[in-house]
Amino acid sequence: MSAGTTTATVFAQARADGRAALVGYLPAGYPDVAGGIDALRTLVDAGCDVIEIGLPYSDPVMDGPTIQAAAQAALERGVRTTDVLRTVEAVAATGTPTLVMTYWNPVERYGVPQFAADLASAGGAGLITPDLTPDSAPEWIAAADEHGLDKVFLVAPSSTDERIAMTTAACRGFVYATAVMGVTGARTTTSDLAGPLVARTKAATDLPVGVGLGVSNGDQAAELAARDGIGADGVIVGSAFVRCLLDHADDRRAGLRALGALTEDLAVGVRRG
Amino acid sequence: MTTEVDRTTSYDADERGWFGGPEHGWGGRFMPEALVAALDELTEAWHDAMADPSFVAEFDAILRDYAGMPSPLYHAERLSRQVGARILLKREDLNHTGAHKIRNVLGQALLTKRMGKTRVIAETGAGQHGVASATAAAYFGLDCTVYMGAVDTRRQALNVARMHLLGAKVVPVESGSATLKDAINEALRDWVASVDHTAYLFGTAAGPHPFPSLVRDFTRGIGDEARAQCLDKYGVLPDAIAACVGGGSNAIGLFTAFLEDEGVAIHGFEPGGEGVDTPRHAATIHAGDKGVLHGARTYVLQDADGQTIESHSISAGLDYPGVGPQHAHLAATGRATYTPVTDAEAMEAMALLSRTEGIIPAIESAHAIAGALRVARELAEEKGPDATVLVNLSGRGDKDMGTAIEWFGLGRTEAEVSDDVTEEPVG
Repeated sequence: MSAGTTTATVFAQARADGRAALVGYLPAGYPDVAGGIDALRTLVDAGCDVIEIGLPYSDPVMDGPTIQAAAQAALERGVRTTDVLRTVEAVAATGTPTLVMTYWNPVERYGVPQFAADLASAGGAGLITPDLTPDSAPEWIAAADEHGLDKVFLVAPSSTDERIAMTTAACRGFVYATAVMGVTGARTTTSDLAGPLVARTKAATDLPVGVGLGVSNGDQAAELAARDGIGADGVIVGSAFVRCLLDHADDRRAGLRALGALTEDLAVGVRRG
Repeated sequence: MTTEVDRTTSYDADERGWFGGPEHGWGGRFMPEALVAALDELTEAWHDAMADPSFVAEFDAILRDYAGMPSPLYHAERLSRQVGARILLKREDLNHTGAHKIRNVLGQALLTKRMGKTRVIAETGAGQHGVASATAAAYFGLDCTVYMGAVDTRRQALNVARMHLLGAKVVPVESGSATLKDAINEALRDWVASVDHTAYLFGTAAGPHPFPSLVRDFTRGIGDEARAQCLDKYGVLPDAIAACVGGGSNAIGLFTAFLEDEGVAIHGFEPGGEGVDTPRHAATIHAGDKGVLHGARTYVLQDADGQTIESHSISAGLDYPGVGPQHAHLAATGRATYTPVTDAEAMEAMALLSRTEGIIPAIESAHAIAGALRVARELAEEKGPDATVLVNLSGRGDKDMGTAIEWFGLGRTEAEVSDDVTEEPVG
């Protein structure tokens, strides 16, 4: 990993280049640990600027059917928290900032300080916490600060301005804006809730704002990234990538090709904005 | 009949939902940001409603006129003679829809109306909370969608039919283990997308703040009534009270009125399944570990990585791998004692109560009966026949006849119900 490459510097570079960053998500352990690493490296090679690795969890309340299916398959194959950290290490070695997206209980079970320490030593950049808000997160905030890890909390269309201020003040790396009221999953149109949410978030912070939930092609990425439009600093894609792998469950190489092609389309999209 | 008891106890949550303070960390709110505004709105509406005498009066009137409250406190004399102590049964099985759960759903649905929302969603395991929610929705004219594990919809087809007849939509949940916890996950997913017009009628005193405290407020009438009835009839408080604990709504409903009565021992009985030394049980407090599930920090059945372990109980209503956070707090402080009761012990108690009192209890409630009999036998040795144990008979057993038929081999010309229970000397 090249010294000095952090989530913040990657977003800053993208901003300097006049484009949005492409943030790609896949769960660890699907189709298996090695296959998951191959898929994540494909995202890096084909143009993702930041990587999110999902920690498969038995009760993922924010995830739609696509991500649930992959995470459940990974769990049924016996993926462990240590496998997730191993995956982080393999992906972070590419020099691309690599965060873990996880529901809270597995971190608490591992031990928050220990998880932070082990994530940092694996080269991980930080955590995205879909069911942990800053007002419930003193232990994680302390551990992240100790290890210089990114703390990415979520804002939603339903968040009050007060909560957006509180949440963004606690973030490091970027702010994750969930642009639809609903679970993860590819959608054919981007939400009209994205624009106002990005604007309200930017009014509260100078941190980059990544917009997630529903993006599945380059045109949507361009729409989110448009400087004169929604103006997202990052376009976050998850379910559409997972779908590539699920659709080619019998042919891993075809799955990786589909993943690479979609990444390239999205990478063009974030540059068209 | 309502309450002369203080509305607050020293075991309540703070304003952010922490039982025992944030440093002990039971409860709280571990939820997606997208739902925080709705939970805040609900918290405010609940506080306002509970402080509004007209809301409380309306709730009491509905419970009385529509649902049959207060439920009687019944002295089970033949059972009492068998164990040598006085057994009092809080007859929640006589409520409309046959269980304590109607209190919670009528309270939450009344609150939903007050908040101006038009649709309710609910999760259900065996279907009891689903049927109760569909009932309340019909009563108030609300749209109702119930999420139910696909496995459970097949096991509980009669309750699915009831919900349909009551006008509710039932969505079978295929994800995860396709049981109660997954139905909760799916209901939460619905809620994230529908929160502007939809209320989530949570089925037990668990989940994120304010649900553990809100559900307690709507079910605490059980204990408020029972305490007053016991004082009124016998002039004393019971020596011990007992309830079954799955998520824990009937138990917290009974316990709350007695929390400050130091002389009253409080017992929760958890589903011990095939035994807590096997993997097939749902004794969360007894055998689980501190963790976060469905928005609250509590005891959870989980593996070394924090993945939820599937629970087992013969009673679908107790088959849940978490437990309400206030119970975790009551266990940690020692105010209440939680002990497992196995499937076999519960079924034995079901038969015993049926044959000695002519009351067929829900298998959930049979756990409380079995546990209470243990407590009563000990108390009888200490105190003699004046020892009093008050048990929450939280529901009736009609819904469990399929299980009973299988367990006991009922319906054959020579039924194989153990005769032990009737041939013990009575008195």
